[in-house]
Amino acid sequence: MKLYDSGKIITGIVIFVILMTFPFWFNMGRAAPKPDPKLPKNVKNCVLPKDTIKTSHMQILNNWRDEVVRDNKRSFVAFDGKHFDKSLSNTCMKCHSSKKQFCDQCHNYLKVTPYCWDCHIEPKEPKESKETAEAKEPKETK
Amino acid sequence: MNIISSFLLSFLAGIALIVIAWAGALTNLQGLFGVVLPYIAITTFVAGVVYRVLNWAQSPVPFRIPTTCGQEKSFPWIKANCIENPSSTLGVVIRMAFEVLTFRSLFRGTTVELRGGPKLDYRSTKWLWMAALGFHYSFLMIFFRHFRFFTEPIPALVHLAENMDSFFEVTVPALYISDGLLMACVTYLLIRRVIIPQVRYISLPADYFPLFLILAIGTTGILMRYILKVDVVSIKELAMGLVTFHPAVPKGIGSLFYIHLFLVCVLIIYFPFSKLVHLGGVFLSPTRNLANNNRQVRHVNPWNYPVKVHTYAEYEDDFREKMIEAGLPVEKELSDEKE
Ligand code: HEC
Ligand code: HEC
Ligand code: HEC
Ligand code: HEM
Repeated sequence: MKLYDSGKIITGIVIFVILMTFPFWFNMGRAAPKPDPKLPKNVKNCVLPKDTIKTSHMQILNNWRDEVVRDNKRSFVAFDGKHFDKSLSNTCMKCHSSKKQFCDQCHNYLKVTPYCWDCHIEPKEPKESKETAEAKEPKETK
Repeated sequence: MNIISSFLLSFLAGIALIVIAWAGALTNLQGLFGVVLPYIAITTFVAGVVYRVLNWAQSPVPFRIPTTCGQEKSFPWIKANCIENPSSTLGVVIRMAFEVLTFRSLFRGTTVELRGGPKLDYRSTKWLWMAALGFHYSFLMIFFRHFRFFTEPIPALVHLAENMDSFFEVTVPALYISDGLLMACVTYLLIRRVIIPQVRYISLPADYFPLFLILAIGTTGILMRYILKVDVVSIKELAMGLVTFHPAVPKGIGSLFYIHLFLVCVLIIYFPFSKLVHLGGVFLSPTRNLANNNRQVRHVNPWNYPVKVHTYAEYEDDFREKMIEAGLPVEKELSDEKE
């Protein structure tokens, strides 16, 4: 086997292999902790079934926003029959009262940076970080 | 193969792949489709492309092939085009950069048409160039953004790419410009093959199949992100398991993801065996990567081997006496030889 221009060929191949295996050596020796969102203790259900809220919470937030801001429709009936105010700070963040221990857990894992907090106010983080954020039941609306 | 069979064959192959992946996900073969196949795919891809390049590098290219698009270097008073027809390494590097980064050769595209009577009309067309460039760059962007699933922490550059790509901040999750561009360009490239008769005539299943595959990958990806929603956190756990060699299959990832992943695996397994290896091939195009210095440098043909020759002097040595006897003229007399 004779390689012509072997210097250039080998260099090219090495660059290709390094680039294509990037994730394998980039993550070497690093632990990748899984996100651990702290669920509220004293309530059982979210506003949507768990599978749905996990994957589609950004969409329901978007719908809520549109319905409130454009049509002034503020009342939402959850899948378990409870009534809620369609509100980011006053509903979601009342049950999920720590952004750091809940939303950010997943979002940091995928570096999702919702711009909502540019305007909407984050809830005050609870002092002791170990204490799981207690859910303050949002006001049920009728 | 004619258009109908080529087109249909590739299309049906694509559908069959989707059905296979779907069936796999429904029959709890997640371990096979989520772990085993991705490892096979990445190994085949890397090893296959390296093999193809090494194979190409064994072919000698004795001469420079001057498919020139500019004046060759000549007398000092003739203006040479040192990029389109380079005679130096630097010129070649610049020409290659234009070729690889901007698809210079496609930019030269022309069409020939009969317009208004028996008159040939040659015009420049940039559609193919535009669609090809748009497709490749959006693919690269999507590929690069996907590293958010495979790295922890996610490199700042990947995050920057996400932010740039979702610049318009329309829809939640924010629409990526590259998604729309990719689908539009691939659709154009497919329609082009079907509509233009000359291109249709030379199109084979091997041309349609990758287009269908990429369309299907794009469609499943877009469905996952904007419409049918999948559990991205679990998917990252799966991906991180793969790249840290602790593979595990988290529960509750939708079938759609396994279809997406399976199609991607098929694409990269298919890669080294198909025209898609032009990824490596473009760097090895002899018409692009060699300086046109045929007349400045001596290029020895590498497959020249030492030829056995029998010179006239040796011939005369063998037959001198007989030649003299027969009265034939000789260059060296017998007496000279004896001295
Ligand atoms: C009534 C209290 C309550 C409200 C209001 C509420 N949630 Fe929840 N949320 C929960 C509970 C309880 C769970 C756990 C559900 C389960 O385990 O079935 C949960 C689960 C979730 C999860 C999935 C977490 C995981 O680990 O899978 C997400 C995401 C989420 N909520 C987001 C939101 C968003 C966004 C809103 C506002 C639109 C919201 N929640 C409003 C109580 C609430
Ligand atoms: C430019 C500032 C701004 C940004 C950024 C923003 N919002 Fe809002 N949002 C508002 C304003 C102003 C209202 C109207 C408040 C009202 O009428 O109660 C609102 C209302 C809402 C409401 C309904 C009312 C309530 O109390 O929450 C929801 C839900 C909402 N936004 C969600 C979001 C989400 C999700 C994001 C991020 C994707 C976001 N917003 C980003 C300014 C903003
Ligand atoms: C189970 C993990 C998880 C939890 C908990 C969670 N999110 Fe998310 N969220 C995600 C993922 C993953 C995405 C990105 C999805 C994608 O990129 O397709 C996301 C995206 C979003 C987006 C859209 C951002 C964008 O720019 O596209 C908003 C808004 C959002 N989350 C709000 C929230 C809020 C508010 C909370 C806390 C109440 C929360 N999320 C909790 C996983 C989570
Ligand atoms: C060449 C390979 C691939 C191509 C062309 C491709 C293409 C796409 C496209 C166009 C999207 C739409 C959203 C976006 O642009 O981010 C997407 C989403 C997605 N892809 Fe891929 N993909 C590829 C490989 C992979 C692999 C290997 C995985 C395995 C982890 C994967 C997992 C996903 C997931 C989970 C989504 C949804 C993202 C979200 O919801 O935000 N893709 N893909």
